This record gives sequence, structure tokens and C-alpha cells, in this order.
Amino acid sequence: MSQITLPWVARSPEKLASYRRSAIVRLIGLGLLHVALAFAGFLWLEPFNEAKLADWKIVPVLVLCVGAGLAGLTLIAGGLAVATYERIGRILKWGYNAFAVFLGGVLAVCLIVWLHAFVFELVKTSPSGGTNTIPVLGIPYSLSVHDLYKAMESTSPGIPFDKNVRLTIPPLAYLLWPLQFGLVRDLVAMGGIIGFVSIIPAFGIWWERKVAGRIQSRMGPMRTGGWHGWAQSAADGIKLVFKEDFIPSGGDTLLFKLAVYIVFIPPLLAFIALPFAGAWVFRDLDVALLFILAMLGIEVLGVILAGWASNNKWSVYGAMREACQMVSYEIPMGMSLLIPVMMAGSLQLTAITDAQGGGFWNWFVFANPWCFIAFFIYYAASLASCKRAPFDLPESESELVAGFLTEYSGMRWSLFFFGEYVAMFVVSGLAVILFLGGWKSPIPEEWVENAVVQMGAAENMIGTIIRGLFKEGPILFILKAAFLYYVQMWIRWTLPRIRIDQVLYACVQVLLPLTMIVLLANTLWILGVEHLKLGWLVTVDTGIRWVLVAIGVLTAMGMIGIAMYGYKNNRRLVGSQAANQLPGS
Amino acid sequence: MDAVAFYIFAAVVLASAVGVVVSKNIVRTAVCLLGTLGGVACLYFLLDANLLAAIQLIVYAGGTLILIVFGVMLTSQSPWVGFKPTRGQAVVATIVALLLAVGIITLTTTADWRPSAEGPLAASPKVADVGNSLLTTYLAPFEVASVLLLVVMIGAAYLARTEK
Repeated sequence: MSQITLPWVARSPEKLASYRRSAIVRLIGLGLLHVALAFAGFLWLEPFNEAKLADWKIVPVLVLCVGAGLAGLTLIAGGLAVATYERIGRILKWGYNAFAVFLGGVLAVCLIVWLHAFVFELVKTSPSGGTNTIPVLGIPYSLSVHDLYKAMESTSPGIPFDKNVRLTIPPLAYLLWPLQFGLVRDLVAMGGIIGFVSIIPAFGIWWERKVAGRIQSRMGPMRTGGWHGWAQSAADGIKLVFKEDFIPSGGDTLLFKLAVYIVFIPPLLAFIALPFAGAWVFRDLDVALLFILAMLGIEVLGVILAGWASNNKWSVYGAMREACQMVSYEIPMGMSLLIPVMMAGSLQLTAITDAQGGGFWNWFVFANPWCFIAFFIYYAASLASCKRAPFDLPESESELVAGFLTEYSGMRWSLFFFGEYVAMFVVSGLAVILFLGGWKSPIPEEWVENAVVQMGAAENMIGTIIRGLFKEGPILFILKAAFLYYVQMWIRWTLPRIRIDQVLYACVQVLLPLTMIVLLANTLWILGVEHLKLGWLVTVDTGIRWVLVAIGVLTAMGMIGIAMYGYKNNRRLVGSQAANQLPGS
Repeated sequence: MDAVAFYIFAAVVLASAVGVVVSKNIVRTAVCLLGTLGGVACLYFLLDANLLAAIQLIVYAGGTLILIVFGVMLTSQSPWVGFKPTRGQAVVATIVALLLAVGIITLTTTADWRPSAEGPLAASPKVADVGNSLLTTYLAPFEVASVLLLVVMIGAAYLARTEK
């Protein structure tokens, strides 16, 4: 029996090297050929004049050219990767790739949203029944491919150093064309939202485990995926999908199955009205705040049903605790949210954020002492509404097995956590929008704009990127919300769980009267400062505002200081083995 | 597009309304009610009545419904609570339902459904306008409603107090 030697299992180093050389040559050669073909195709299509752009027959050629170009670049990259594998093999390991994939995904989402906004502006401003009005499938449209190309030429940002050379990619006009239909835009946006919402729990659960580990002087997940166990959530997800799905026979099967969806769909729907930035909102509802509160309120019903349908004493106890807790904490939560609404005079979240522009001293949390208190009341109540520690009575595992989750297993169980982590982001985002200035940067926007003009970048890509980061983009909102998300984890792993009677006492006898006092005082304060303009009160208001700003700055500096102290002393605090694994050690 | 959405939501509302009537398990009835209330809220959204839709979701779906389920859980003797109406109750219920049906049918067939040109539908009202009119033009009914709610609250607190 003769041994079959496959090329890729050849043991001899010389053979291996020769195979590698030929592979490199073939890959790069093929890649260059593809790129040349694509280039020739583009040359043939040039110039993209009016007649050509209106002609649909060039679409297949374009698709072929783009495809050939991409394939060629991939092949060349593959060849280079094989050629340099031993040198850069380390950085090709999964952990680093994961970061690249993540960053690429973020950039792609940003690009898609920017294209949305671009087309949306054009649709708004274009005269109805523009140059080309042959309806497609019975739907009339107003922008032809040529209009989009012209618009791209005139409004896209210029490249650095020469603002007259603009970033115009003619084939993009064909991709933009379908986006002028509202339904297509909605579908793409929904895809984006669902993608973002799926990242939150996966990332949040991994992050929570790392935070828990650090707080308990452990390291948390370290193995799955390579770099700091980044793939732990994915591995857990796969495990949970394949686990047995157990349904108690004595329970109400239909409600048992339905409860999961009532828990995890409403937090998802809340993203319909949650603005990430001025233009980054799916529907800018005038009752956005009420809508999000309604969605957070419906979630409770799912938990109650889960406990009820399980027909298990632990589950029913958990569900009853959830019902008590939520019904009582909704009141201080809603009332404390009325205070920023009163300050801004609107229920529209974008309008509330716009009222807080111009530097962090204008954020509502620093506006007056009552807002300052209201922020903390809201934060405490939002912890209770997400069933987070110290209010995680519904599933307190030390007394109720797992509370309302006792009978759940597999994928259904994980969907409850999906809902919880998404709701955590929603309440954090709401706190950011109402009290911490939403997507507004801590420095006034005029400073950003002045800096852009000073740099001479007002019309080129650098200016667009700076504005996107500090003025109009969602990055600051996501960072602020992620910080509050982190504080929720921090509280969970620091504070002990409190008893149910203490939970209700804290709400009904402490938070509720306090909220009412704060609400009344804030009303009178606004009346005195803004409407009656009492001289002494205005002075006191300004003074207190600066004191609050100072408290805020000192708190932030203190947190950074403590974090730096912890990082400096990590060997003593978490042990040298963990410290060696920290980034930057 | 709107017509398709309308039929979908209307189907949800009707199907869950039938569920409310047919189901004998009180918790399942409550869940069917969630479908009805949510569907009606979606119809409000379709009509651009955002405030009404949000209030519907908060007050009925997020408040009343949870109180119903909560009440059932706290008061039920057996795990599965069913409706077992007596004959008298059934007769009364039939009469009330028939009267209601006659009323609704008369109303829907005789009402003038065409929106008036300068009516409230001409421009969808802002939330701020609703708030302003509640506190100026319609202050008296608003106050009467709040006094009524206060009376109910005091009554509930009286009933629930600990006996001394």
C-alpha cells in the first residue's frame, strides 16, 4: 500500500518551501491579472457621463469590474500573507483579527448611515418628479443615478490638502439609488439596529465577566478565542443553542413559550425612538420618552408570565417580587424623568439633547440641585427596572434557585439575558440623553468648529471626521452610555442584594417622597429663575450650578485617579499572574 | 403600504379580541388583551396619533394589564384560575353584550366618517398643544378626573390598611 503524499502535508522543508513559493507566485499573479481586468473595465466605462449613467446596461459591467477588483486585491493579500506568514503569523491570530473585524464592522455601519443621511437630504430637497420619472414596479422615484452622481460630486468631502479633489466614487451612485425609497432605507436601518442590538449582549456579557473577575481579583474568561477570551459569549451562545430545551409539563406551555418574547422584544423596539445622535435616529418621535418608558414597562409582563407559566413555587415568588418591584419603581423613575422634560419643555429626545448643547456645564445633571438629585433617583430606579443588583430579587439565586428563570433552559434562558442586557443599554442611553447631554461633546460645539476652520479642514475629509467624532456622530453617546453600563456592572459586583421589604421600603418611603419634593422644588425653581427672574435666586442658581460642575469634574478626576492608582498597583491588587495579562504590561 | 399595515394590525386586534372572549384561563385572557391593546396602539401610530399610542401602551399594556395579572396571582386559590360563570351571570352578560353590539353598530353605520377639511385631523397636534389645552381650556374636566383618581387611591389605601 503506497503512501499518498498530499502537497500540503509534505514533510520535507525543501518541498514545503517550493510549494509555498509557487503558491505565492500564483496568488499574486492571478491577483494582478484580476486587478488589470478591473482596471481595463473601468477605463472602458470612463467617462461617467450623463448618457452612460442613465444606461442600465453598464450595471453588469460595473458589477463585474468591482468584483474582479475585489477578488484581485484579496488574492494579492493572500499571496502576501503566505509570503510573510512566519513574520506576522502572531498578529494573524484570532484575537487580533477579531478587533479588525469589529473595527471594520463599525466603519461599515458608519458608512451606511452616512449614505442614508446623504440620500435622505437629497430626497428631501429634490423637486418631486425630477429628471427621470419612469416608475419602478409602480413606485415613482425622483432621483436618477445621474442626479446622485452629481450630488456626490458637489457635496462629498474633499481629500486633505486639496479640497477640489472630491471623494467621488461613480459606481456608488448605483448603490445609493435604491435608498431613495423610504421602505428600503427603513429595511437597511432596521438591519443596522438589529446588528447593533445583537452586539450589545454578546459584548456586554463578556465585559461583565471580565469586570466581575477584576473586582474579585480573578481574570475572568481567558481562553476562548485567544485574546482575553473575547469569544466567550459566542461559545456560550453555541452551547445554549444545543442544550436541551426543557418545558415543564405541569405548566402553561403556550405562555411559557410566549413569555420569552414579551421580555426580549420590547427593549429591541425601544431602539425605534432612541436617538444615537441628531441624525442617527430611526424615528424621531415627538413622544419618544413615553414610548421608551412604555416599552420598558411591558417587559415586566413577560417576567410575571414566565414565573406564572412555570408552575413552580420559586418561579412564582420571583415573578411576584418582580411585579411588586417594577410597579413601585416605575413611579419614581417616571417622575424623575419629568424633571429634564420640564427643563427642555419637550418629550422629544432629540429636542431634550439639543437643549443641553454648549459644554458639559450645560448638561441637565448640573443645571440645578434638583436635577442633580433626580439623576441619581433615576439611576437607582433604572437598576431596579433592569433587575440589576442590588435589586435582582426576582432571580436571587441564593434563595429562589433562579427565581422566574428556574424552569428555563437553553436558548429560551439566554433570550431572557439578551433582553436584560439590551434593556440595560436602553436605560443607560436614556440617562445619557436626559441628563448627560446625549451625543453632545463636553466642549462647546463652536470650539470644535473653530478648531476645524483653524486647521483649514473645513471642507475636506479630516473636517468631516472631526465633526463626526465631536459634533454630529454617535460615538460620544455610545461611550457615555457604555460608561453608565459599566457602572451598573460595578454596582452589581460591589453591593450585596437587599431584602424585598427593604426594596419596597426604599422605593415607597424614601425615593417616592424624595422624587415628589424634587419635582415640586424644580417646578418652583424654574418658575423663579426663568419666569419671575428673581435676582437673588438667579445668583444662587449660577453659584450652585458651578458648585455642581465642580463636583462633577472632581468626581470624574477622582475616578480616573483611582483607576490609575489601581493600574499602577495591579500587582498588589490582582496578583502578578493577572497583572501580567493586563493590556500594556 | 399603510393599507397593508392596517390590515395586519386589525387582524391582530380582532384575533386577540376573540382570544379574550373565548379563553377560559384568566391569565391567558390577560395576554390576549395585551395583543388587543398593542394592536390598537399600532393603529394609533399608523394614524400619526403618537401621544395616544404611547399613553395606550403605558397605561393599559404597562399598567392595567400587569395589575390584573398581579391581582390574579395574589388572590387565586388554585394554580389555574378558570371562569365558571353561573347561569344568571351568563344571562346578564349576554344582555349587556347585545346592547353594546347594537349601540356600536348603530354608531358606526350612522356616523359621518369623512374628515372635515379644517378639523383636528388637518394638522396632527403636537404634544405641547395637548398639554396646553388640558391645563387651559379643559382644566375643569382634567381636575375632576384627578380628584376622582385621588378618591379611588384613598379608598384603596383604606381597604388595604392593617386592622388595628
